[in-house]
Amino acid sequence: MALSHRNYAKVRVVAPVGRLDHDNCEAFRNDLAPHLDACLREGQALIFDLSGLEYVSSAGLRCLMLAARQAASRSGRLVIASLQPLVAEIFQISRFNLVFDVFPTMREALASVSSEAVEAFERG
Amino acid sequence: MRVRFWGTRGSMPVALTAADVRDKLAQALVAADGRRFESFGAAYDFAQQELPFTLTHTFGGHSSCVELETGSNEYFVCDMGSGARPFGAHVLARQGGRPATVNVFMSHVHWDHIMGFPFFGPAYVPGTTIRIHGCHDILEQALRLQQAPPCFPVPFDQLAAKIEFVKLVPGETYAGGSVSVTPKIQRHSGDSYGYRFEAGGKVLIYSTDSEHKLENRGEAEAFVAFFRDADLVVFDAMYSLAEVASVKADWGHSSNIVGVELCQMAGVKHLVLFHHEPSSDDAAIEAVLRDTRRLEELTRGARSLRVSAAYDGLEIDL
Repeated sequence: MALSHRNYAKVRVVAPVGRLDHDNCEAFRNDLAPHLDACLREGQALIFDLSGLEYVSSAGLRCLMLAARQAASRSGRLVIASLQPLVAEIFQISRFNLVFDVFPTMREALASVSSEAVEAFERG
Repeated sequence: MRVRFWGTRGSMPVALTAADVRDKLAQALVAADGRRFESFGAAYDFAQQELPFTLTHTFGGHSSCVELETGSNEYFVCDMGSGARPFGAHVLARQGGRPATVNVFMSHVHWDHIMGFPFFGPAYVPGTTIRIHGCHDILEQALRLQQAPPCFPVPFDQLAAKIEFVKLVPGETYAGGSVSVTPKIQRHSGDSYGYRFEAGGKVLIYSTDSEHKLENRGEAEAFVAFFRDADLVVFDAMYSLAEVASVKADWGHSSNIVGVELCQMAGVKHLVLFHHEPSSDDAAIEAVLRDTRRLEELTRGARSLRVSAAYDGLEIDL
């Protein structure tokens, strides 16, 4: 699966595209590791833009949880934004919507972590 | 093959409280909306056909005990949770004084899976044969310990039945009479074992007290192979996936989501959610069932997977 990234001010946004399941979750964790390390080093939140994620399995959700626990252990924060309807239902059924900060839009997710990031987002 | 659920609750038995019964009754009266019933039969039909399951039933109940009826004269049962007490009464009634032969398959020896054995009526009947199968070395020790003073007044050695312990090896298939069984090791504190039963061309998987981490590809593939083409999978769905992945990680239990995924990958026909969390009331379990059916619908491949939630008294014919 593709994992692109972009920054708004100092906030990093990573965007997985496609399906995240037991076939590719190990590669996803490897791809994610440097982004997570960078954010935690700089004391910034990491935002997952899931607008391109078509499906996530239990293995994929566990990857997100492991990343969140890793962030929490270093006083970091992980935020989720822009779920597709199917993935939003999976979050609800798995109750991951109760353990993650989930926002319907990228703007709201950025606003929850940094006003500078929102300004950067609105400037385009 | 008929599968009969005598105990379906995880960790410890639960019962409806007086307040629970009163609330169900009050909700049923509201649902009746002033309707008059001329007879008990008319009221029964209304309850059966028009009221939701949670108003007319309860999921129960006893801790793990699931019977597998194969048409053989012998009995086959998984685990001896508190459901073993009504199961024992069923055996005694059916035998009508004739001694029975009961084959027990133990997932593990945690208390909720053995607590019914001291109350298993056939154990007190001379001439009865009870064969207790399992993969743990400490199976006999655990059953003796729970009947040793000061925990129970009747010592194990005073039981009248002939009790044999049969050690099984994971991955090996044992054929006895009309049934073959293959155990599989599962992730749980002190290990647990799932069982694949095959009889009359039908396959039942009993897989409780098992935590899954499907990002481990080898583990996922091993369980898919174990579940492959089963007619029915009885699956530990005690917690939500979020709980299993966070505060209840390594507690040795699984979720409805993992149940659906494994069953879909293995081409299973029917998934039964089992080992319900004791703090979940009927409405909560029904909500989990509704969610699980929705997930199955969202992720369905070429063939559909039937999803049910186990309750004490449920019977499923395969």
